This record gives sequence, structure tokens and C-alpha cells, in this order.
Amino acid sequence: MSNKEITGAEIFLECLKKEKVDTLFCYPGGVVLKIFDILYAQKDLRIILPRHEQGGVHMADGYARSTGKVGVALVTSGPGATNVVTALATAYMDSIPLVVFTGQVPTALIGNDAFQEADIVGITRPCTKYNFLVKDVKELAQTIKEAFFIASTGRPGPVLIDLPRDVVTNKAEFHYPEKVKIRSYNPTVEGNKRQIKQAAEAIAAAKRPVAYIGGGVILSNASREILEFAEMTKVPVTHTLMGIGGFPGTHPLSLGMLGMHGTYYANMAIHNSDLIVAIGARFDDRVTGKVEGFAPEAKIIHIDVDPTSIRKNVRVDIPVVGDVKHVMVELNKELRAIKEPWDAIRKSWQKQIDAWREERPLTYEPSDEVIKPQFVIEKLYELTGGDAIIVTDVGQHQMWAAQFFKYDTPRNWLSSGGLGTMGYGFPAAIGAKVARPDKNVFSISGDGSIQMNIQEIATSIENNIPVKVVILNNRFLGMVRQWQELFYGERYSSVDLGSTPDFVKLAEAYGAIGLRATKPEDVVPVLKEGLKAKKTVFMDFVTARYEKVFPMVPAGASINEMIFGEEKKKEEKKLKVVR
Amino acid sequence: MKHIISVLVENKFGVLSRVSGLFSGRGFNIETISIGPTLDPTVSQMTIVTTGDERILEQILKQLNKLIDVIKVTDFADKEFVEREMCLIKINTPQEHRSEALRIADIFRARVVDSTQKSYTFQVTGDEKKIEAFIELLKPMGIKEVVRTGKVAITRD
Repeated sequence: MSNKEITGAEIFLECLKKEKVDTLFCYPGGVVLKIFDILYAQKDLRIILPRHEQGGVHMADGYARSTGKVGVALVTSGPGATNVVTALATAYMDSIPLVVFTGQVPTALIGNDAFQEADIVGITRPCTKYNFLVKDVKELAQTIKEAFFIASTGRPGPVLIDLPRDVVTNKAEFHYPEKVKIRSYNPTVEGNKRQIKQAAEAIAAAKRPVAYIGGGVILSNASREILEFAEMTKVPVTHTLMGIGGFPGTHPLSLGMLGMHGTYYANMAIHNSDLIVAIGARFDDRVTGKVEGFAPEAKIIHIDVDPTSIRKNVRVDIPVVGDVKHVMVELNKELRAIKEPWDAIRKSWQKQIDAWREERPLTYEPSDEVIKPQFVIEKLYELTGGDAIIVTDVGQHQMWAAQFFKYDTPRNWLSSGGLGTMGYGFPAAIGAKVARPDKNVFSISGDGSIQMNIQEIATSIENNIPVKVVILNNRFLGMVRQWQELFYGERYSSVDLGSTPDFVKLAEAYGAIGLRATKPEDVVPVLKEGLKAKKTVFMDFVTARYEKVFPMVPAGASINEMIFGEEKKKEEKKLKVVR
Repeated sequence: MKHIISVLVENKFGVLSRVSGLFSGRGFNIETISIGPTLDPTVSQMTIVTTGDERILEQILKQLNKLIDVIKVTDFADKEFVEREMCLIKINTPQEHRSEALRIADIFRARVVDSTQKSYTFQVTGDEKKIEAFIELLKPMGIKEVVRTGKVAITRD
């Protein structure tokens, strides 16, 4: 019997193999040495060593978002564990399935303020879907099985497993459960038939309907069903930042993004609609603007796997709790049976939307003198034909990448929507490239955001994971500056990044390629060269400093109260970037 | 508005902090909370008294249900139920007050569970109003300490 027993570290590895994990993002430390010793000899997993634990978990997140699989990471106790908190919160807000293992001091020392001890289960309770402290090696396999199950089902999310050192070194027989059932955890998958029928009837009766899709469409792989729904019923579709790619951005029925930096026509359509079909979206404040002024005439159908999302922020007339894909299959069935002359009943609404489209298309003022950031995104879209994975950080560049690149397929747009984590993009792009090496992966970033996890260049070079980094460099924390300009009397407090490093030299210092464009005519050649590059390349676009993201719904306003960029132009100040 | 919610949870460490963390993290109120074992040793029962309008209560119920360790949530709002709370009250009892204190206790069917030369400790059970009325009447005598269990409730069949 005893010869069948293996260590917790070996059980850990066997479990990952059973879960068909192919990549582990991990950073070693004292209490997890035993696991790393096991990892040294094995050949089944690709091991990626990040340069910071936060980067490692963002990589696992990028891996998960770009594939739909569970991303897996391992870090040590104490600071290793606390360093992943931001990355966990990022994944939690966007419902990304992760299983993150943290080392812990031996069970006998827990609570003694031991070296590198942190109560990480306590710390991460509000930013994980669930977390475990394993106290006995005999429970390890069952716990890992449950963790993968919880992370990937229902509304997905990150799960943390805390592994005390003795649990990793002690031995037990290995038995991996085939199935897992947790009596207190039974997410609703199928929607209520009667509610779905009611929803179908409301859609058929509506004169001015809009579908509003969110990240749930991506998570549940329901973009085909959404396309079928829209094309059948001729309901125009707007998407959230998280819903990008859930419906083809180039489709005539696509209204683009709604909300704070949404298109004029998407916001006008929502505001004037008589029916909103919310699908896998949660009426975030960046979407609704002032809740009291949100879509005053609309009935609301809300389809979501998480009942807490329904009626949290807005009133809902027809709630449908269930997995988006399952519900949409049923809803489409009901709608097919109705057989309205859909074209005819949507004609005047479509005409109104077209008028809004023409009235205020998504646009910017081009320039021959300075590089407009939107121009870089447009050219990137043209040169790639949209065939790329775009990963962003947070700020102005994120909004421009959402507005001016068109996404026709899901899982090619990765961005920290809920938490808004600067520093997410570059490591997440590395994770996406690991998962889908055949794709060109672009990390679009600002000069502020990129510096928040720039150390991961080393990871990309060492592991030969080529990522194409586009820096829209305005030497400002641009989005904050934009708010200060518009709402704080142009008092630019702590936003000038005048001493931004020379990104070309910096890339070269790490062994990556560095390119720079300072004039509009440099943009295409630099992008072309970047596209050709076989290793990680930093493309530093020195852009117009005072460019702002428009349209914009000011905080506290209703979404039909947008402002546009038509006021006087700022003088371009002399570039401070180091040459 | 006040609500009584009964929650069946897995009897695991950390469950209480998941529930209380949910309330504090989302700005919900807990007026009282009481926890105890059930006939099934793997399950614990919590009775939570909370306040909030209809929308908040709906969120509380949904968020509780969403917690992985929560097995069942029952809102007593639309149910017939019996509620009880137990309270221990220690009062100063100089000689001249002793019989008066006992007389009041008798009216409320409170029992003396500890008695010294200078003090009585009463145990009283009932609904909130009864306990508060009892406390009010004892106040003039000088209450040294009050310990309340918080409500427990059970539905009527």
C-alpha cells in the first residue's frame, strides 16, 4: 500500500495532467520548492516563468480568455501570493476561469506570523469565485477537481487553492474523481421556457428593439446564436467592452460599443428603444450612465447565468436566468416559430438608426503633422485585415482600440473591463500567444500602462513568445489628463510622464526589437516591420499629446448626453521623449 | 424594513466570514446573526436579521444563494413563523430593589440564573418587543450587563 502513495507535489502534477493543463505559469519560492522539484523532471506541461507573480496570473488570464480553457498559475506563499491579488480581482470582475495555486507555510505554523506567511484565503475571499485551504494531502485531489469545476461552470471565475508546505510533501494515495458534485453549487443552465416564450413575444411586438450583448456571450461561446438571432429578427446589436467580438463588428446590424465611449448611434438607439434584449451583460455604470435616465421607454429582457446580475442596477421586465448559449438556442427556436415579416416591422427603426449613423459617425480629425492614435489603430486594422488578437491595457488607447479596430470573431479581443487594470495587457498578450501561437498577438498599450508590467519582456524573450507591442505614447496618463482637462479646469495633476523611458532602447536592452514612429508617414512602415518581426517588438508611436476619446458621456449624465471633440485644438507641445 | 433570513450552510471553516464579508462588501446591514449546528453535523444554520428595501433584499437573497457554501436560503417575509431571542441581564440589586426585580421578572417569565448579594442575573426568552420591554423596566434599577443571542426563527406548519 505504501508504495502506491505519492507526495502532494506529485498529486498536484497528476491532477493538472488529468485536467489536460498544457501550460503552467509559475514563480517559485520557499514553501513550493517540492512542487518545482517535481516540475523539473516532467515533460507534460510547458512551464513559463514570469518576472512578477502578477504578470504570471495575467498570462494565465490571457491564456484563458483567448481559448476558453482554464488558465493555471502557481506562486509561493506570502509576497508571492499577495502579488497575485490584482490579477485575481481582474479575472473575477470579468468572470475569467482560473485556478491559482499559492504556497502556504506548514499547517502547524499557520497563524504564527511565520516567515512569508499571509492569510491569502482571507485576503482573496472577495476577489475569487471560491478559495480553498487544503489541510490534508488526502483532500488535495478532490479539492483540485472541485476547483476546476467551480472555475469553469456557471458564471466562471478564478479559484485559489492554498497549499501548506506539509500538504505538498506528505504522501497519500492518488485517486482523481471522475465526477464532482457539490450540493450547494448548482448553476442554472437552461432558461425557464415560459420566460423565453415571453421574451420572444416581446421581441416580435417591439418597434424599436436593441440587443445589448456583453462578455457572457463570449464566455458561453454563443456568438453564432447571436448572429442567427440578429439576422433573423433584424434587431440591431450593440456590445459592451467585454462583448467585443460577440457579434461581427463589420456587420450592418452592428452598432458598435455603447456607453461612456460608445458610438453616438448605439447610445441613441438604446436611449430611444422600446425593448432592450440584454444578453450576458450586467448594466455596468460605464454602460448605463445615469441609471434614472437610462432607456426611459424600454422594456428590458435580461438573459444572464448569474441571477444576482438581474435587477441589480436596472429594472427588468422579463428575466431569464440561464447559460446564454442554451437560452439563445431556445429563444431562436421560439422566434423561428413566430415568423414575423421581420424586415418590414424593423424598417422605420432601421432608417432612424441609419440617420443617427450618418449624423455622427465614429471619427477623428486626421493630421499630417502629428500621429493621431486613432490613425495607428486604423492602419493596424488595415494591415492585419482584422486577423489578430488584440490585447489592451487601460486608458485612452483601450478605447481607441475598441472603437477603431473591427472585431468579427470572439476571443480576439482581451481587455480588463471590470477592474480596469493598467498593466494587464502585455502579460495577458504573452499568455494569449502561448495559447494560440499561430496568431499575431498585439499588445496595444499606453506609455503609462506598459510600464506597469514591462518586466515581462524578459519572459517573452526567454521563452520565445513573440508579442507585438504597440505603444500609443503621448507622455501622459492620457485618460486621467482628459478628465482633468474637461472636468478639473485643466489642472494636470500627476499625469505628465515627461521622463518616460526610451522604449526602443529599453526593448533592445531586453533583447527585443525596438521601433519608433514620430511622423504620420512612419506609421505604416513601422507597423509593417513590426508585423514581420519574429521576436517581441516594441513599436513606440509618439502621438498627439492632447488627443481625447470621443464621444464621451460625462460621469453622472445620461447616455444620450454625449459630448464630442469639436472644441478648440490644443497646441502640440514640444516632445519630451528621450532620443 | 426588517427581514429575517434563514440560511443553511456547509459546516466548514471560513463560511461565516464568507457570509459576513458578503454583507460588509456590498454595504448590506446585519442587525443580528446567530449560528448553530443542525441535526446533520455537516450543515450549520444561520438566522440573519437585516434591513433594506425590496431591491436590496432581493440582492441579499440572490447573493447569499450565489455563495458556494450556501445550501438553502429562506426568507421569512411571506411565511408564518415563530421567532425567539434569549437574553441574559445582570442588574444591581441593593436590598430595597430585590423583591421588585423579582416581581418584574415574574411578569416576564424570566428566571434568575445567578444571584449574589449585590446582583441578579435573569434569563428571559421571547420576541424582540418582550425583551426590550423587560430591559426598559429593569433600567431604573441599574443594569450592569446585557447579552442577547440575536433572533432565531422557525416556520409554522
